[in-house]
Amino acid sequence: MNPFPQTLLDQVDSSDPENWKLSHYVKRGGYAAIKKILSDKMTPDEVIEEVKKSALRGRGGAGFPTGLKWSFMPKQYEGDKYIVCNSDEGEPGTFKDRDIMRFNPHILIEGMVVAAYAMGVKAGYNYIHGEIWDTYTRMEEAVDEARVAGYLGENILGSNFSFNLYNHHGYGAYICGEETALLESLEGKKGQPRFKPPFPANFGLYGKPTTINNTETFASVPWIINHGGEKYLELGKPNNGGTKLFSVSGHVNKPGNYEIPMGTPFAALLEMAGGMRGGRKLKACIPGGSSMPVLPGDVMMETDMDYDSIAKAGSMLGSGAVIIMDETTCMVRALERLSYFYFEESCGQCTPCREGTGWLYRIINRIENGKGKMEDLDLLDNIADNIQGRTICALGDAAAMPVRAMIEHFRDEFIYHIENKKCMV
Amino acid sequence: MLSPESLKRIDHEISKYPLDKKQSAVMSALAIAQEEKGWLATETMNFIAKYLDMPSIAVYEVATFYNMYNLEPLGNYKLTICTNLPCALSGGYDAADYLKKKLGIGFNETTVDGKFTLKEGECMGACGDAPVLLVNNHRMCSFMSNEAIDKILEELSK
Repeated sequence: MNPFPQTLLDQVDSSDPENWKLSHYVKRGGYAAIKKILSDKMTPDEVIEEVKKSALRGRGGAGFPTGLKWSFMPKQYEGDKYIVCNSDEGEPGTFKDRDIMRFNPHILIEGMVVAAYAMGVKAGYNYIHGEIWDTYTRMEEAVDEARVAGYLGENILGSNFSFNLYNHHGYGAYICGEETALLESLEGKKGQPRFKPPFPANFGLYGKPTTINNTETFASVPWIINHGGEKYLELGKPNNGGTKLFSVSGHVNKPGNYEIPMGTPFAALLEMAGGMRGGRKLKACIPGGSSMPVLPGDVMMETDMDYDSIAKAGSMLGSGAVIIMDETTCMVRALERLSYFYFEESCGQCTPCREGTGWLYRIINRIENGKGKMEDLDLLDNIADNIQGRTICALGDAAAMPVRAMIEHFRDEFIYHIENKKCMV
Repeated sequence: MLSPESLKRIDHEISKYPLDKKQSAVMSALAIAQEEKGWLATETMNFIAKYLDMPSIAVYEVATFYNMYNLEPLGNYKLTICTNLPCALSGGYDAADYLKKKLGIGFNETTVDGKFTLKEGECMGACGDAPVLLVNNHRMCSFMSNEAIDKILEELSK
């Protein structure tokens, strides 16, 4: 049992195949937030103020304050504006948005309705990762239910506020999780990131003001409206409000999603996930999805799960994907696989990333296969240097950061591979 | 060129976007066409281009950019096994090796009876269920032990 308060999957029973439906969500107290806003006649600014107070930060990876992001949308703009939900969950290790959408889809819909109200938006899109097809069809059903019940569409609950929501599926491109690549993809093009500025709040979908938030971010909003921003903040810690879903994968007994308050010790999370598989020792952990720097096990055991604590430990909370590796893991092979991923998924637009990810992969591959040279370690560092900060989007950084962190923390293992042409573990 | 059922589904997708933004439906239109035809031949893509009032080249760009589109005929069942790190830590490579052995083919190959094509996949966003396998893009299978693979292959071979 999860001993902590829940804001995202509260009272959700994933074993009941009917539990996701609107009637169950309403029974759990769902759609109260939008009713509250309309009956209390809260102004859009008051809604944004509440979200600001909660210290909710973007759950997709960047951790940008949500209320502040919402306040960037031009208020007096006459034409169409959009909100877009980024459910293109493809960061290796991350599988939380899938569970929100398949087990509690209406909390996401309600969160988007509230966001649309706050930003004066009439239409929104939910961009869903192509590989989770069942989840896409589930969201289609949920949106239909909400429309029939009057929570979506024209004159929501008899008010003069209207908002329509549509689902859009991806079809296999990691890069579309980058918000401007996602917009290109929504427009029916290759998912290649746009140069910023202009930012989406000024020039987004179809060139109109647009706010893009992660699934979990939108899904956190109903609780904030129902209970107040301050209460949400108090669940977590200052500057790190609320609870968050952490996806735990790798060498644990019970991989899965665990919703815990921000600031919960990593050790408690590991225990919830059933502890280390086979009782082995924790060697390393990537705390925020594969793009984030790896941390040695002993550092991780002393760290709390929130944006600021993980940053202090030398990594980033990212999407909250916790990849656990035990003492039997070869770090060279682990890095080789990740580097192949970034090489495969680079969109090819910027030279440092397109060429650099290939270089990284080929060099790590030759170290793994006993053909590495000692100079390769400096060469890897040099290539990472020449990618990081020199590309339009963060995929380049995401490819470079794990390389540097792996070599920094597990240099001995790379040297052993080069000298002995075999693995240490 | 496409069945009335497929066209009806594509029309539904088009209705999600502003009237002058039909191109937004290209990804779903291609997915629907692929479901019907098994793969995306040039004439299929040209048909979709006409249907959505967009240049053919823009459709080819999309079809070649996203990796779940089939640009050549494949076996009846495309099996995509994830070997990305979280899956690999929980037996993703073992599952891939077992599939190769069982089917007698490597990645990007099709069995001689034309039944199965094997692909290596990237993260499918279901790492808690590792190793995961995708059948024909839309059916996700979790916890792919050797026994679980046997069961699925047997079911699909019927």
